Amino acid sequence: MKHLSPVSLKVNGDAYELSIPAWRTLLEVLREDLSLTGTKRSCQEGQCGACTVLLDGRAIYSCLFLAVEAQGKEILTIEGLARSAGALDPIQKAFVETGAVQCGFCTPGLVLAAKSFLDENPFPSEEEVRRATVGHLCRCTGYFQIIEAVLAAARERAGKGAQL
Amino acid sequence: MTVQACGDYAIIGKPAPKKDAWIKVTGEAKYADDLFLAGMLHGKLLRSPHPHAKISHIDTSRAEKLAGVRAVITGKDFPGIKYGNMPQTRDYLPLALDKVRYIGDEVAAVAAIDEEVAEEALDLIRVEYEPLPAVFDAEEAMKPGAPQLHDHAANNMSAETAFQFGDVAKGFAESDYLQEDLFETQPVKQGMLEPHACIGQWDETGKITLWASKQSPYVVWKQLSMGLGIETSRIRVIQTYVGGGFSGGKQEAMPMDFCAVVLSKKCGRPVKFVHNMDEVLTIGHMRHPMKIWLRTGVKKDGTLLAQHLKIVADGGAYSSIGQLSMYLPGAMLNLPYRVPNVKYEAYRIFTNNGFCGALRGHTIPQVCFARDSQLDLIAEKLGLDPIDIRLKNGLRPGETTPNGFRIGTFGFAECVEKAMEASGWKEKRGKLPRYRGIGMGCGSLVSGARVMGHSASTAQVNVHEDGTVALVTGSTDVGQGADTVLSMIAAEVLGVGLEDIRFSLVDTDITPADPGTFSSRVTFWTGNAVKIAAEDARRQLAEIAAEKLKAQIDDDIVFRDRQVYVKSDPQRRLRFDELVRLAQHRQGKVIMGKGAYTSGEALIDFRTGYGNMSPAYTPSACVVEVEVDPQTGQVTVAGVWGAHDCGFPLNPMLVKGQVLGATVMGIGQALYENLLRVDGKVMNPSFRDYKMPLTEDMPRLANVGHVNVITNDPSGPFGAKEAGEGAAAGVIAAVANAVYNATGVRFRSLPFSPDKILFALKESDRKAPAR
Repeated sequence: MKHLSPVSLKVNGDAYELSIPAWRTLLEVLREDLSLTGTKRSCQEGQCGACTVLLDGRAIYSCLFLAVEAQGKEILTIEGLARSAGALDPIQKAFVETGAVQCGFCTPGLVLAAKSFLDENPFPSEEEVRRATVGHLCRCTGYFQIIEAVLAAARERAGKGAQL
Repeated sequence: MTVQACGDYAIIGKPAPKKDAWIKVTGEAKYADDLFLAGMLHGKLLRSPHPHAKISHIDTSRAEKLAGVRAVITGKDFPGIKYGNMPQTRDYLPLALDKVRYIGDEVAAVAAIDEEVAEEALDLIRVEYEPLPAVFDAEEAMKPGAPQLHDHAANNMSAETAFQFGDVAKGFAESDYLQEDLFETQPVKQGMLEPHACIGQWDETGKITLWASKQSPYVVWKQLSMGLGIETSRIRVIQTYVGGGFSGGKQEAMPMDFCAVVLSKKCGRPVKFVHNMDEVLTIGHMRHPMKIWLRTGVKKDGTLLAQHLKIVADGGAYSSIGQLSMYLPGAMLNLPYRVPNVKYEAYRIFTNNGFCGALRGHTIPQVCFARDSQLDLIAEKLGLDPIDIRLKNGLRPGETTPNGFRIGTFGFAECVEKAMEASGWKEKRGKLPRYRGIGMGCGSLVSGARVMGHSASTAQVNVHEDGTVALVTGSTDVGQGADTVLSMIAAEVLGVGLEDIRFSLVDTDITPADPGTFSSRVTFWTGNAVKIAAEDARRQLAEIAAEKLKAQIDDDIVFRDRQVYVKSDPQRRLRFDELVRLAQHRQGKVIMGKGAYTSGEALIDFRTGYGNMSPAYTPSACVVEVEVDPQTGQVTVAGVWGAHDCGFPLNPMLVKGQVLGATVMGIGQALYENLLRVDGKVMNPSFRDYKMPLTEDMPRLANVGHVNVITNDPSGPFGAKEAGEGAAAGVIAAVANAVYNATGVRFRSLPFSPDKILFALKESDRKAPAR
């Protein structure tokens, strides 16, 4: 029998009590136990960025992170991003409107990475956006429309901020 | 009867986000690995560790006894029927029977309660192999006495093509200058982020269902039928969202698909398979590595007189669509330049490497790299401008090529000129500092091709009483935007909104048969079918509208902005949804439009090569500016500007995404990507070691340009031609020519990696000490 560990996770504002083998990754638990399949399984070795989620606002590769290590932290997955506002986040909206989405497999990870980055750096240069997204592979777009989307989202967020 | 010929388009030609972008940015779109069926088991495949071996015995008993294992299967659980695309390429088995031919060949499969148990079970399967001599080099494999992979293929000849159009001997004799070069290209992987995945179910009635990530679900459907020896009517393939295709295996039935359904039959439960990335990068379907010998004869003024192309391609262990792979380079040597005499010989050779097939542009980018590199060499020898030699030889609309391609619209000269202008070629060429250079490369592609078997596309337009439309086609969106572009065509014809169209995913029990997504065919072929189907539905509605609005139908009933009105008296109008309800509720007429399209061209014999392959051809030109670091050998792409004749861009935002995506794939192949193999073993089967371009490798946005050359092809839907692959064809040569311009060193072997650059720079310094 597998040895199971009790784990408490807080994901997208919801609390979960789980009993899982301690070696399971956050990616596996999100997808298989919590049915949060917006977090994508691709390389499973921290090379592609498709499994990115936010842990207390910081972007991590959930395939390299044990679920037990995520206890006591706020986990945000792509499913949680739009839900709170009841509408798309400005980053999601920018990805849609600039044509940054093709097959969409890299999209949730990139959107979350962009959120973490823009929360830290609301007025980034193009160079900084390129550096912030270098840990994410996209085979469809050639990246240009993704970089445009992150810059557009930054402008949109800055515009909203100015109105407050 | 004429029905509406509106001036400006309401939908077509305007940028619109992909219809499925909203559910992709929220993570709602379900890819194959996101599906979990009740009671589902998990499958894993055991692969050969030998490049070439006989299987003398397989013992699965220990694996079967492992707790949690539900079934183990081997090749003997299948009827032993080989499957494949064409009669001469049917050499796949779902699982090996008596022999393995490359490291990664599938030998056995397990279904278990979870992936960990399935993997553990693989370790308990004992396979006794008798290793055989193996061969990894195509030219070695052609020699007498080389290890033989397949009984049916003497000298490991997988596919052979030879043709001559015109008289090359005469052409060379009349030439003022002959240039001869040998180029070499590397194996490249498709690199889609979504691994192959499927769920198979074999139910009590014998009905087989496969949910899978597929770009050509109907091909999978037919191949499953073939390999299982079961009629197609018992098989249903349901397409999920697809996380990138690029012909990396999702265009065919794979061993995992066969194993999922047969394991399901044994276990009475659905079985899911998902490849690991090391499996994806190890197993077959990759770009053919080639040795390309090209001899060209020209007049002093640069006029091309004759070209002789010889190719030896390492096909790997199986055929895939090898005959087509070998036809294309020779055929596409006829484009975009006018070459009156063409001779071509190609050999696709079986080796004990992973097998090769198509990848964005199929085998065309390799030959464009060779041909457009050589054009620059010739221009330099003759003291000609590289732009001039291209313009002088570029095909013009209305010409017929020696191999029988009928050129309709073809904005080649405009592509060259626009790419030049956008890049600032005139200000830069010859004026850049040392180690900075600029180069051009050109290419061409087809807008779909007639292939054997079912080639046509079909569409149904089902109009609903709320004024929305269900668009049903057999075409697959793999991210390229088929869902959106096809919906735009239907919306434009019916005068409704893009959001009023629902686009179906393929389900072989429901959607019309269609060959799938490849050869840049969907916009052109399915687009034409959708247009015909939507016009059919509009005609049915227009008759009812004319009666209601007391108009002659010849008065031109207009469909626009969800309204239907008489052109000569726009006050006489109906809402579109009112009209549909009038038809359905009062008259009992359910509006369903139907349309089909095929090019009507005769099938080309890929071995002899004459005929018009495609209804429309697209030229493209690309300019690349590079900076070479002489200390590290690193090449940086400082700018890239392209122009592409897509006929008419139905959705400029999506065309831009296609063209730029294709361009960056070309940059990856030129500079970084190379599947390294030692004695058949892949040494870099991970995204860490298989280097695909990253954001920081790309030029800044200000140094990236794309121009659509508009030629309005009369046979394309709303004038459109191909946009997905053609732009990739010229990129590699553009990089090669730019690196030469920067360093004075000509590279004929891909990729232009730092080690090669450094070595060559040192060599050239030694020969010609610093100026």
